[in-house]
Amino acid sequence: MKPAPFSYHRAGDAAEAASLLAELGDDAKVLAGGQSLIPLLALRLTRFDHLIDLNRAADLSGIEVTSSEIRLGATVRQTDVVRSSALADTLSLLPLASQQVGHFQIRNRGTVGGSVAHADPAAEYPAVAVALDAAVDLLSASGSRSVSASDFFLSTFVTAIEPEELLTTLRFPVWGERSGFAVEEAARRSGDFAIAGAVAGVQLGSDDRISRAAIALFGVGSTPVRIAAAEAGLIGQARSELTESALAELGRLAVEGVDPPADVHASARYRRHLAAVMVARAVRHAVESGTPEARR
Amino acid sequence: MSTVAVTMTINGVSHSGVVEPRRTLADFLRADCGLTGTHLGCEHGVCGACSVLVDGEAVRSCLMFAVQADGSEVTTVEGLAGDSDHLHPVQEAFRETHGLQCGFCTPGFVISVTAFLAEHPNPSDDQIREGLSGNLCRCTGYQGILRAVRIAADRMAESRTAPAAGNSASV
Repeated sequence: MKPAPFSYHRAGDAAEAASLLAELGDDAKVLAGGQSLIPLLALRLTRFDHLIDLNRAADLSGIEVTSSEIRLGATVRQTDVVRSSALADTLSLLPLASQQVGHFQIRNRGTVGGSVAHADPAAEYPAVAVALDAAVDLLSASGSRSVSASDFFLSTFVTAIEPEELLTTLRFPVWGERSGFAVEEAARRSGDFAIAGAVAGVQLGSDDRISRAAIALFGVGSTPVRIAAAEAGLIGQARSELTESALAELGRLAVEGVDPPADVHASARYRRHLAAVMVARAVRHAVESGTPEARR
Repeated sequence: MSTVAVTMTINGVSHSGVVEPRRTLADFLRADCGLTGTHLGCEHGVCGACSVLVDGEAVRSCLMFAVQADGSEVTTVEGLAGDSDHLHPVQEAFRETHGLQCGFCTPGFVISVTAFLAEHPNPSDDQIREGLSGNLCRCTGYQGILRAVRIAADRMAESRTAPAAGNSASV
């Protein structure tokens, strides 16, 4: 249970990490919180000749909240997100999702950027990024580019990050007043990866009808899945119209196109059923948390 | 084989070593510093037995390389009580409530609970369960551990309010 030998490189900033990646190429891997990478190294499921540690990169650890977007540096820890009152006030889905990640000892090291870059399809943050139309900023020695979350996740553990690139920043558009969010997931034990889960965001207009909706599933395929049909079905709905049966129908609609995997934890059919239930719960909780009376 | 020099303060004492980068913080504590109170169960982040405080935050010491803790303040179970005549209130509570049987997982629990109570001084029962969920115990069935956390929380709250009895309590 010990990692294979590697050389250690401590990057002082993002540019230094990018130049190390350019120099070391495929033999190098970026190390952020290490809560996924170090177990993979310990189990010898993977090995690298070089690790480039981002944890002391001074320009990657910031949480920045502007009127239009939230910027999370690559090494912002999940615990930082849980504790941030600025994020709770502006985009509560981020702290809500963080609380579902592992255990607090894991969140004290684990980073949001690392979770997105790792791209476990059963993890919360990739689904959050897709649901919220996040932008993923990437840096290499030859320049920077930005990839939308919808184009970023290619398959299980596979993303648009090229070998010479590192993830520097996640940018999330801020939602308006009267928006609410929820994460719902089913897992065998507290802190486990989800068998299936859903994230939802809704915004209510002045007429108390839903004017904006975002729904994404996780654990049901090789990438997080945005469900445009279910989102469209929510637009224009009044809160009073979202009865239990209407939400259950919405859940069924949301899983129509998904083809979940089967494994020892759940059959494909059961996973699809769970996902539908999670969508209904997430939408209900998002609507409840987005209405002013729920905040009192 | 490359090596790196590391220096960190562990339980108030400075420790230095020259290690391979792949040396985990857990192995550094045990093998290089002789602090074998930190236990290694699964060595891949599941069991929580190796939990230590790094700069005040509980972490899995098997999921951090020693070189990453260079310059940090580390607290292990050996450093919790402060002096050799007394146990830490969390340790005291575990002993009283049979919060341990074989004891293998106990250092990780005691460290995690100490960090948990620092952040949640008046925890609800649900918060306690959530706070314990990152540590595995194969002996006790957890009931004694739950009681230990409750007792420790209450006593630590008492000892905080006792010297400041004149102040109005915050709710």
